[in-house]
Amino acid sequence: MDPFLTSRIMSDVLSGVTNGVIYGLVALSLVLVWRSTRILNFAQGAMPMLATYLGMVIFSSHLGYWASVAISMVAGFAIGGVTERVLVRHLYGKPELNPIVVMVGFLIVLEGVAAAIWSTQPRSFPNPFSTIDWQLGGKPIALSDFSVYKIVTAVIVMTVVAVLFRYTKLGLQLRASALAPEVSRLLGVRVSRMLTLGWVLSMGVGTITTVLVASNFFTGLTPQVMDGVFAFGFIAAAVGGLDSPVGAIISGLCIGVILQFVGDYLNSNAILLVALAILIVSLMIRPNGLFTKSSARRV
Amino acid sequence: MIAVEDLSVSYGAVRALRDFSFKAETGKITAVLGSNGAGKTTLLRTISGLIDPLRGTIMLDEVPLVKEKPEDIARRGVGHVPEGRGVIGEFTVEENLRLGAMMAKVNLADGLAEQYDRFPVLGERRKQHAAKLSGGERQMLAMARALIAKPSVLLLDEPSLGLAPQATAQLMHTIHDLCATKDLTVILVEQNASTALRISDHAVVLHLGRVVANDVASSVAADEDLRRYYLGIVE
Repeated sequence: MDPFLTSRIMSDVLSGVTNGVIYGLVALSLVLVWRSTRILNFAQGAMPMLATYLGMVIFSSHLGYWASVAISMVAGFAIGGVTERVLVRHLYGKPELNPIVVMVGFLIVLEGVAAAIWSTQPRSFPNPFSTIDWQLGGKPIALSDFSVYKIVTAVIVMTVVAVLFRYTKLGLQLRASALAPEVSRLLGVRVSRMLTLGWVLSMGVGTITTVLVASNFFTGLTPQVMDGVFAFGFIAAAVGGLDSPVGAIISGLCIGVILQFVGDYLNSNAILLVALAILIVSLMIRPNGLFTKSSARRV
Repeated sequence: MIAVEDLSVSYGAVRALRDFSFKAETGKITAVLGSNGAGKTTLLRTISGLIDPLRGTIMLDEVPLVKEKPEDIARRGVGHVPEGRGVIGEFTVEENLRLGAMMAKVNLADGLAEQYDRFPVLGERRKQHAAKLSGGERQMLAMARALIAKPSVLLLDEPSLGLAPQATAQLMHTIHDLCATKDLTVILVEQNASTALRISDHAVVLHLGRVVANDVASSVAADEDLRRYYLGIVE
């Protein structure tokens, strides 16, 4: 029996990591889109929210949790691909403000549509993992089956994305398309497909994240379920560097832990302020992000 | 063989190429020469499919290339080493080569071994990021990346740009050897006319998008007026 595991500090660390992996996943999904198309997807929370509604609310009562997760994933992939082909493709090469305005508008539309169809009442669906904290020597540890499920899923997703980009032919083409689209085309890479695939992958990561967030019985699924998470994920992506998947994950974890300590030791109302302060300070020190190499650029 | 017929290209109101025709024979080097703004790079980018022509035809061994996408033209065996080399600095030497080999039906290990044999310095630096290579090494990498796909046509845009005279001479020697041994069709765009004419079989001289000479390289090299007024070669 180790009293340290049940201590207040360790409890905050574990809770922070549990939240941080979610921020890291949101940041990773933003980085995937940014690296491939140079667009900040402000609808990155809303698009997977719609996919999660389609899978979890419609089907979970009939098909069970895992089949519904799979349907949500397929819906997420489809929404990502169709959005890139139909909406985003027209924004390439336009002034930087255009995609921002369009994606913010898309966010509002998607949340409005979801509210109109499913209402703003939280929808819960059965999930196979308990949210009751584990006990050690009669004292609770800030870990539960559900939080371990979140952490393990996040690690699997991050590993799959890392292996895909680092060790596969497809990953090489995705990276090349993002860094040097014209040269890639001259080498036979179908860049247009790679851009679509970047959005599809990003939505896959986003949908898993939304399923994890909404699977919490106390949160449930609402049209705005990802708004707060998106804000912290966005800060993590900006702090880590929008070109750095590793930076996104590490920043997400660090922000999760820091904000947990702020909420516990300072004031829960100060969490957003501290998050914004972290963003401002880091941008002042390293405008391109803490983990982006200064030489990295789009060719 | 590449055959270009009546090719016209414009950037808005500016006509970059006017009714341009020429043939680049298999196993030979065709130099495309001229001053800045003559239309040399535009020609290569149009052959590669990066620019759509206003009119005209481009045939690769009787297959039309106009309206094809750049990636499809590359898959047909047209290798293009663009101006500035186009190596991906964030990739290692080996990743750049793997990307080049991806679309070709070649064994990767054999392809890499062949390129490292041809350009030993690339083998020594295979794990190094391309951004850290010297200008000459980057040019070698760009060439190796194009060659690993086993192209039938090689388009080279200003390969000697920024290279020291010794590196330029070595590069031109390599291009000449490749053409002779691999039965490649090479179209070589160069501002360094003297160097290009020395290794080329044929030469086309452009001025403001028009052809002012289209002849065997030795004849172009011997023409005093062409040398003085269009190629900037002063003895």
